[in-house]
Amino acid sequence: MTTATTAISLMDACCSRCTHSPQTPCAQYLDCRAHGPLCHTDPACTAALNARRDAAMHIATRPIIYVGAGTCGLAAGMDQVIPAMQKALTEHGLDVMVKEVGCFGLCHREPMLDVKKPGRPRVCFDHVDVKKALAIVTRYLVNDEVPADLSMGIIATPDAAPDSPEFALPNLYDLPVLVRQRRIVLQNCGLIDPDALDEYVARGGYGALAKALAAGDNGEMVLNEVLKAGLRGRGGGGFPTGRKWQLTRAQQNTPKYLVCNADEGDPGAFMDRSVLEGDPHRVIEGMLLGALAIGADHGYIYCRAEYPLAIKRLLHSIEELEGRGLLGDNILGSGFSFHLKVKQGAGAFVCGEETALLASIEGKRGMPRVRPPYPAQSGLWGQPTCINNVETFANVAAIVDHGGAAFASVGTERSKGTKVFALTGTIKLGGLVEVPMGMTLREVVFDVGGGILDDRPFKAVQIGGPSGGCLPTAMLDTLVDYDSLIAAGAMMGSGGLVVMDDKTCMVDLARFFMEFIRNESCGKCIPCREGTTRMLEILERIVRPYRDEDTEATLQRFKSVIMLEELAQVIRDTSLCGLGQTAPNPVLSTLRYFRDEYEKHVFERTCPAGACRSLLTFTVNAEKCKGCTLCARNCPAGAIWGASKQTHVIDQAKCVHCGVCMDVCRFDAVLAQ
Amino acid sequence: MSTQLCSCTQEKLREILAPFPAGRREMLIPVLQAVQETFGYLPEVTLDTIGAHIGVSPAKVYGVATFYNQFRLQPVGKHIVRVCRGTACHVRGSKLLLDAVGDALGVKPGETTPDGAFTLETVACLGACSIAPVVTVDGNFHGAVQTRGVGKMLDTYREKE
Ligand SMILES: Cc1cc2nc3c(=O)[nH]c(=O)nc-3n(C[C@H](O)[C@H](O)[C@H](O)COP(=O)(O)O)c2cc1C
Ligand code: SF4
Ligand code: SF4
Ligand code: FES
Repeated sequence: MTTATTAISLMDACCSRCTHSPQTPCAQYLDCRAHGPLCHTDPACTAALNARRDAAMHIATRPIIYVGAGTCGLAAGMDQVIPAMQKALTEHGLDVMVKEVGCFGLCHREPMLDVKKPGRPRVCFDHVDVKKALAIVTRYLVNDEVPADLSMGIIATPDAAPDSPEFALPNLYDLPVLVRQRRIVLQNCGLIDPDALDEYVARGGYGALAKALAAGDNGEMVLNEVLKAGLRGRGGGGFPTGRKWQLTRAQQNTPKYLVCNADEGDPGAFMDRSVLEGDPHRVIEGMLLGALAIGADHGYIYCRAEYPLAIKRLLHSIEELEGRGLLGDNILGSGFSFHLKVKQGAGAFVCGEETALLASIEGKRGMPRVRPPYPAQSGLWGQPTCINNVETFANVAAIVDHGGAAFASVGTERSKGTKVFALTGTIKLGGLVEVPMGMTLREVVFDVGGGILDDRPFKAVQIGGPSGGCLPTAMLDTLVDYDSLIAAGAMMGSGGLVVMDDKTCMVDLARFFMEFIRNESCGKCIPCREGTTRMLEILERIVRPYRDEDTEATLQRFKSVIMLEELAQVIRDTSLCGLGQTAPNPVLSTLRYFRDEYEKHVFERTCPAGACRSLLTFTVNAEKCKGCTLCARNCPAGAIWGASKQTHVIDQAKCVHCGVCMDVCRFDAVLAQ
Repeated sequence: MSTQLCSCTQEKLREILAPFPAGRREMLIPVLQAVQETFGYLPEVTLDTIGAHIGVSPAKVYGVATFYNQFRLQPVGKHIVRVCRGTACHVRGSKLLLDAVGDALGVKPGETTPDGAFTLETVACLGACSIAPVVTVDGNFHGAVQTRGVGKMLDTYREKE
């Protein structure tokens, strides 16, 4: 979105000699916009297209301000910065273009804002509040002084003069968090206006589509390159994408459908959303290539309803593509047709599972069904259907552009390319990172992620969400690739990577995931529906204090670890879909690596991490207590005694272990052990 | 199920249904979403009419409406408070935060305060994990929320009446 009325787009005709329209498609349309005009040599047209290409590449005659308006940027306060800055720009009478861009991935530095002056590199600023934004406007735009103390670095641009004073600043991509990343999927994220088709096209976008259509082989080239690339599904399972496409392509039955899984259910992951918000055309181009390869002429993007911005961007992009004849019938005169629709999810984790997702698109309850038949044979309305994840599709254009072999040169023996992770938890440099497969977890957490917040000790990293596992320090040298992670008892998953310090309790974390799964089980099969409820009960029993236990419950508690393992086995072996089959993983992996912590809870009745409050003893430190009475007034059990200005005391017999006293005390006088 | 449908609700419902082709099962979820968008929830009395339009039994409509977390069969409060219960927020204490918000409002997740001012909900990851734990009120983000700051945060909305 731009604040000024958008100028003529690069995608428009240069003059009336251009014949391209959705009704009369020109095969050279994209090539013409990238390098043309091709069908005539009018200097005026060449000049016009060059100017539009420059504009799409952000080579402008006036400064551009880029505001990070992804969800994380807005949440961190950008929504307040934008109007204040607009006001300042008007007051100074500055003619500046303000562009909203998606998430660049440096969420820990949000809100972020970049400024690019004509003929200069792009200067990036982090933690921008209103005051800082105003300082940037005055110092950089009005006084033309490079505010080195406010900036975090620069991004080179094609038009930057080599002697620009900004080059004294460090290159953004040399920051430790970025220098080890390899950006294929995230290449444009945070850099371009996601709502502008011409910005994507000017950077080579839809070039892969044009190439594939020009090959005139019904997508055989695309399929071969994807096979050669060794691309595996990024949605969790890691099934080879080329093989899936081959299977669907081989089906005789038509019509065929192509579906993009943008349900992103892992509660703690947002890679797919950021890509859809920041570079939607990359995903759509991947889908077009996939549709060509399998012979589908209809497609759906099934997107979580919780992602309204992503949905808005997708709908806008689809509309623009249809208007240009790049979606719809007879694309670029090739005879290939593809119609794309967005379907909103309705908030059910299980709908990420492919057969449940298809049921949901058909308007039914999202319940998985038995496979085979696989969707490739019988999917939407019984027709051959291919389902892939957002990030899987986002890799395809690069594969077709640069060849499968180039893609396969990155990564490990059996896991090729890169993987995007949402790096969160108690980590210093949290955000979105894209790293080559085969990096170790240690490198991801400590080199890219900068280590643990407040320099506390590392305890574990949870990878793969509710289907994945927790890996301890000893496993930090595990490679990030599909097979190594499975061998370690975790899984690649969709890309959630939650880092935890010593204050996180592993029993509590297992309980968290089990509660999530219990709530999200579709209820179709008994082991999953009842088994997860039982496992959750056992985990809750482990953290229940003595006094709420009768002898029977105490006995049960002693058996809990054994029962957890037994139940896990049954649920894993007898559940219908992936949700149930992997549901026990968080418990199994924590039992494998943090068994002592379970034992401490079960037998010693303590929580070493100090997280399970029901097992803690709360006391008042007489030296710190100022007798402010705040805790006594807030204690729901009336368990705190003490007069004003005198040390307070907690009556352990009455205490219900809620920890409110510790939360409210302003002097850190309440201790928990 | 009550089938009383007052004329203005009926009128509105007809308007909502008009753009959706009749007899197409795959339109059921989009229709329910559109109805909820207008009414804030799915009034039980509308389910029959929706079923007739889509061509499925009211029981099927009810089945779908209760399967998905997004759909509510009860009206919601003026302000919607959503506490993130994603993994990153959990690791940064969102369980205690949820309890604190629940205590402050006197309701459990999924419930609305008796005065109809607030509805409390949970959500799995809002994608703002770097400022965890996160709470949204009416779509406005509040990051790094501390349990002791909950009262103040809610008051600013209460005053907006
Ligand atoms: C419970 C469950 C949830 C899933 N959630 C997602 C999801 O949110 N996004 C996704 O792409 N795949 C998800 N999957 C995997 C899909 O079933 C499917 O394998 C995937 O979309 C295939 O795409 P890919 O081959 O490109 O990875 C989930 C699977 C299960 C069992
Ligand atoms: S395993 Fe669980 S989620 Fe999957 S079909 Fe069975 S009950 Fe449903
Ligand atoms: S932990 Fe709760 S019940 Fe116990 S003394 Fe503190 S406030 Fe009272
Ligand atoms: S886990 Fe709460 S915003 Fe991601």
